[in-house]
Amino acid sequence: MTTTARSLRELVLRESHRAHVGHLGSCLSIADSVAVLFDDVLRDVGTGNEHRDRFVLAKGHAVLALYAAMHVKEMLTREELSSYCADGSLLGSHPDHRARGVELSTGSLGLALSVCAGMALGARMKGTSSRVFVLMSDAEQNEGSVWEAAMFAAQHRLNNLIAIVDCNGQQALGATKDILDLEPLGEKWRSFGWNVHEVDGHHAIAVRAALTDGLSPQLPTAVLARTTFGKGVSFMEGQLWWHYYPINDDQLAQALDEVSR
Amino acid sequence: MRTAFAQTLIELAARDDRIVLLTGDLGFSVLENFAERFPRRFFNVGVAEANMLGLATGLAKQGFIPYCYSIATFASMRGYEALRNGAVLHHLTVRIIGIGGGFAYGHAGPTHWALEDYAIMRAQPGMTVIVPADPAQTANAIRSTLEHPGPIYFRIGKGGDAAVPGLDGLFCLGGVNVVREGKDLALIATGGISTEAGTAADLLMANGIETSIIVAATLSPAPTAELSALLSRFTFVATIEEHYLVGGLGSLVAEVIAERGLRCRLVRCGIKRLPDALGSQQFLRAHCGLTAAGIANTVKSALA
Repeated sequence: MTTTARSLRELVLRESHRAHVGHLGSCLSIADSVAVLFDDVLRDVGTGNEHRDRFVLAKGHAVLALYAAMHVKEMLTREELSSYCADGSLLGSHPDHRARGVELSTGSLGLALSVCAGMALGARMKGTSSRVFVLMSDAEQNEGSVWEAAMFAAQHRLNNLIAIVDCNGQQALGATKDILDLEPLGEKWRSFGWNVHEVDGHHAIAVRAALTDGLSPQLPTAVLARTTFGKGVSFMEGQLWWHYYPINDDQLAQALDEVSR
Repeated sequence: MRTAFAQTLIELAARDDRIVLLTGDLGFSVLENFAERFPRRFFNVGVAEANMLGLATGLAKQGFIPYCYSIATFASMRGYEALRNGAVLHHLTVRIIGIGGGFAYGHAGPTHWALEDYAIMRAQPGMTVIVPADPAQTANAIRSTLEHPGPIYFRIGKGGDAAVPGLDGLFCLGGVNVVREGKDLALIATGGISTEAGTAADLLMANGIETSIIVAATLSPAPTAELSALLSRFTFVATIEEHYLVGGLGSLVAEVIAERGLRCRLVRCGIKRLPDALGSQQFLRAHCGLTAAGIANTVKSALA
């Protein structure tokens, strides 16, 4: 686990506990990819530079991991981070574009890839070097509009569009394989004309390689990050409960101990 | 009206690089000229309207002004949530061109009849809703709203739309146009059905009833100030629209009358329920009492 990923997990656990708001399982499953993106991949993120890379968290319910990364990268102060889910704050449990540094309001699964394809197309039409990274959930692949956008991006060879799919295998009412089995998901994306990598989503080197050297000069890229729901906290791993519930004081202590190792 | 739209957009696009045209695989014999002239700014996104509105959101975020073209039902409904969470929520310059409002696609059946499109668009704060009455007003509305901030829904006719006498293509965002003056009552109409209002007024004149005709092309923001000033002169008004009664022009006028405390009776001419037969636009309008004679009869019986 990288230093940033460890920090993200700690911040996610502390803020979730303070705010008494859940969605920990997803925040922990994406922590390593988000850390790699903010450490090594995204260019000029958080600046007003037109050429900056855009990062959109399509699976908006895991926004606490994004806010934690923004704090680590000094885009949010600790005080701002601690307004997470406070009354009157813009940092709610889904991203809100009115909050500084948030590119797109999300929360309704399946809509973001289209917007990101439009942003990537617009960046290319303007001749900027900006790339658009979008992090989706695996359950989000249930939405038909994801595949509409996938077809468009391949047809127009949007090589500046990079989708990361957090394959944690969980969705709101159970395991993805029991609800709408997505597999073989890599073949689906490949057959839609994308450059595809399937990696261990907790292996920073593999994720980094896919998101840097693994990009295609011709095609949009999909990185399927195979992850564990609740990764890093033994009693959360693979447990649906942690899609919904916050942690108590004792659980926080144990979880912080585990993620600090 | 759709040809007026396409020609006007070409004229605007020739001097404004921000204009992009997206279509959900519709516009045969309408959009070809734009596509040939501006191939890099024309995208047939396929039969995928939700994606079209998402793409438009992303393009608008990059500073473009995308126009999204489809039949009004598909344009307004399939991508509604993408529009709500995209262009509306982020207040972006996305334009939706809904073709063939009302019964324009008569024989095509209920899947193609846009009967509630502008009601659902009016429900979104910050969504400008424009329903031009004829081709010249369509051109003027497209031209004059190019720089308008935020999203716009245009509900326009399919083709063969007659000019509304007295309108002269005038359009004023947030206002209305009085195209005929009469002291006894006012007819307020929106969209292509406005042409029926003039003939209805002639029929009423034969009974000694002098009728004003007001064309309301902007349904959001509601033209409240102009309407309330005009309606304060009348004790009876009728609204005319090719749309369900709920949430459309009749509802808008009822809101103005009630909230401004006007002493004015309102009769709403529109579509009360789905017709139980198919047919031409004229047949279906007649089926719903939306012809000049039908409107005149509705008004006369309400006055009796």
